[in-house]
Amino acid sequence: MIVEIGHFALILAFAVACLQTGCVAWSLWIGNDEPRSIATPAAIAQCFLLLLSFWALVHSYVVSDFSVQNVWTNSHSAKPLLYKISGAWGNHEGSMLLWVVILALFGGAVSAFGNNLPARLKSNVLAVQGSIGIAFLAFIILTSNPFARLSPAPFEGQGLNPILQDPALSFHPPLLYAGYVGFSMAFSFAIAALLEGRIGAAWARWVRPWTLAAWMFLTIGIALGSWWAYYELGWGGWWFWDPVENASFMPWLAGTALLHSAVVMEKRDALKVWTILLAIITFALSLMGTFLVRSGVLTSVHTFAVDPERGIFILAIIAIFTGGAFALFAWRAPQLRQGTMFSPISREGSLVFNNLLLMTICAAVLVGTLYPLALEVVTGDKISVGPPYFNAVFIPLVLILLVMLPFGPMLPWKRGHAVEAAWRLRVAQGLALAAAIATFVSKPDSPLLAPLAMAVGVWVIAGTLAETAFRAKAFTAPWPEVMRRFANLPRSSYGGMLAHIGVGIAVLGITATSAWRAEQIVAMKPSDRLQFAGYEVVFDKVSERQGPNYQETFGTFKLSKQGEPLSDLTPAKRQYTAPPSTTSEAAIHASWAGDFYLVMGEAAKDGSSVVVRLYFNPLVRLIWIGALIMFVGGAISLTDRRLRIGAPARRAVSSQPTARAGQAS
Amino acid sequence: MKRLAGLCALMLLLCLGFGSATVFAVQPDEVLADPRMEQKAREISAELRCLVCQNQSIDDSDAPLARDLRLIVRERLKAGDDQSKVIEFVVARYGEFILLRPPFSAKTYLLWLAPLFLLAGGGYLAYRVFHRGDRKPTSIPTPLSEDERSQLRGILDGKQG
Repeated sequence: MIVEIGHFALILAFAVACLQTGCVAWSLWIGNDEPRSIATPAAIAQCFLLLLSFWALVHSYVVSDFSVQNVWTNSHSAKPLLYKISGAWGNHEGSMLLWVVILALFGGAVSAFGNNLPARLKSNVLAVQGSIGIAFLAFIILTSNPFARLSPAPFEGQGLNPILQDPALSFHPPLLYAGYVGFSMAFSFAIAALLEGRIGAAWARWVRPWTLAAWMFLTIGIALGSWWAYYELGWGGWWFWDPVENASFMPWLAGTALLHSAVVMEKRDALKVWTILLAIITFALSLMGTFLVRSGVLTSVHTFAVDPERGIFILAIIAIFTGGAFALFAWRAPQLRQGTMFSPISREGSLVFNNLLLMTICAAVLVGTLYPLALEVVTGDKISVGPPYFNAVFIPLVLILLVMLPFGPMLPWKRGHAVEAAWRLRVAQGLALAAAIATFVSKPDSPLLAPLAMAVGVWVIAGTLAETAFRAKAFTAPWPEVMRRFANLPRSSYGGMLAHIGVGIAVLGITATSAWRAEQIVAMKPSDRLQFAGYEVVFDKVSERQGPNYQETFGTFKLSKQGEPLSDLTPAKRQYTAPPSTTSEAAIHASWAGDFYLVMGEAAKDGSSVVVRLYFNPLVRLIWIGALIMFVGGAISLTDRRLRIGAPARRAVSSQPTARAGQAS
Repeated sequence: MKRLAGLCALMLLLCLGFGSATVFAVQPDEVLADPRMEQKAREISAELRCLVCQNQSIDDSDAPLARDLRLIVRERLKAGDDQSKVIEFVVARYGEFILLRPPFSAKTYLLWLAPLFLLAGGGYLAYRVFHRGDRKPTSIPTPLSEDERSQLRGILDGKQG
């Protein structure tokens, strides 16, 4: 019964989404604003209906109701509760339902908290949100029903792929989707603005919190996925330039560009047309990410052709939304007033440069991901585009971007002086140079790029700190004055600075791991000793234990450094029965210097020894700490008063004429 | 969802088959005695695709085919081939599909040049925008003087000032 209620709520949500969009369309048609007031309650109703539907699915997973096909295919009664719940979105149908739930949550949030928005804009935004809901709900109901029943109900489920049974991966999809789908808000605001033909600084201020929230979720979602890959896949890599990773990285790049251009629009009323375009592109990339992952087109063009129903449906959704948005843009954008002018050497100019680089990187990732598909369709030739290509293109572009990064915040709006900004950054330059020299001297045989990249990491961090010091007038004003200035900096400035520092920290981690990772593969017998990366490992024994839904063979390795025992490492191989498969669990001893990473492999034929693979990944922790700092920076920026209050400037302007008129009469 | 996960599941199916228990790619018995040569073998391996896997290099893959390829790479190195010779050898047998870094050829002009074109094109557009700014410097509109204001108030109130 609960399952049917969930299914019914899903269909009802589709009807409500039609109402949400339809009422605004009707308003536009009859030229009367009355019907559009339905959009707000409709968005909230849609949100509740989809939460109900989602709850029904999760419930059937929790109680292991195998009469539901989706539960039967992806769950098992012996699975721990967390993985029963996360199993609900660990499959195509459930994850699409999660997608629309998050879409509806964003729509509901605008309805509930968007009281500072002009009524027309708000209902237009909700109408666009509603139309995205219509498309994806139709997709779920017609091609991917998660509530389909089986009769007779099987006795036991088939189980979830063990590789997905992991805490980090349980939260990875919801976070990633909150990011993907969150960019729909920027898209809806862009379309609404184009429909109204009016756009300005206030628009940027309304859009920014939503874009920022989406960006934060995407950042942490990608970081979580990469961390999972690092400890679970067992070969210590953390980014593979896999098409599925690229699918989430492209919206992140475009979203980052959007956040920066929205700043220009908010502060200077410039780059308006570009910001609108960027909002559309960012969401288009999110849709494309959904398509790439959901359609199976990545596995092979042929798989896609064999079962094209779902792929074609999503492709049609993309075509309608992006095509429609671009057409509307082409029609309306010329009518938008161009903003103020600025010199290339200015804060705005630096942000244009930031956008240029970020979008080029984004386009390069896009080309690299889709080129093999396109080439195969057009000429039939098969080529591979892998990590060597992406690194060759990505690294130089990113380094240029990061070298320029600290200059931007040091330049004033409108017109600045490069030399002046460089002079203000002289300490940071000194530190970066010192970092390069220190790297070169201490690790003379490292790759050429390593000292440069370490210097860039230090440069970004030191440059950002220099910016903070400059703004607080540290070292030039008396200390009480400095403290007061420091405390009075807007939260969005703190957020931006933290995010930049996070980038610098991640760069240090990425560089160190890539350049100085140590690796050893060796067969060990019990009580064998091994020296590796300054650590000593003693192989103790192999034992067995029983997990909740797996049988585990684990080795015990005693780890010590300079005679001081550190910890016992217990890498394991898990044998799952449903579905029958094996996973390998790495053992990691983490420290600030780096991770000691140990994986146990095959036992020798005679059982006397096991193959052990050891890695030392220096500073690898900094990669995820950097991402976490970016997330925190975003969160602090989100609490900025100006974003919460909405558009004080607009209210002030609109109240003035009445006051004056009163005075005059 | 599950970026890698879906692929990994597939990869596992393709490369291992259910129930198999291997985790690593390079096995101790493959490693060459000469560390420099081994390092070179690893570098080459990272450039070659495991043909039966999803987006994995032979250095990362534990499929039997990947192992064979790793052994071939090491044999060629021991026979005295340099990096380009080894890669030529492998491409001659398995085709260009095996290269994770596609060579610059008629087929891939667009792939390699697209980032450059985009950077140049975007840079040119930005330049145009700045240039337009130079030709037509906009000034901040000066606020109305007190006279003008009272005139405006008059107009708004319906009386000619």
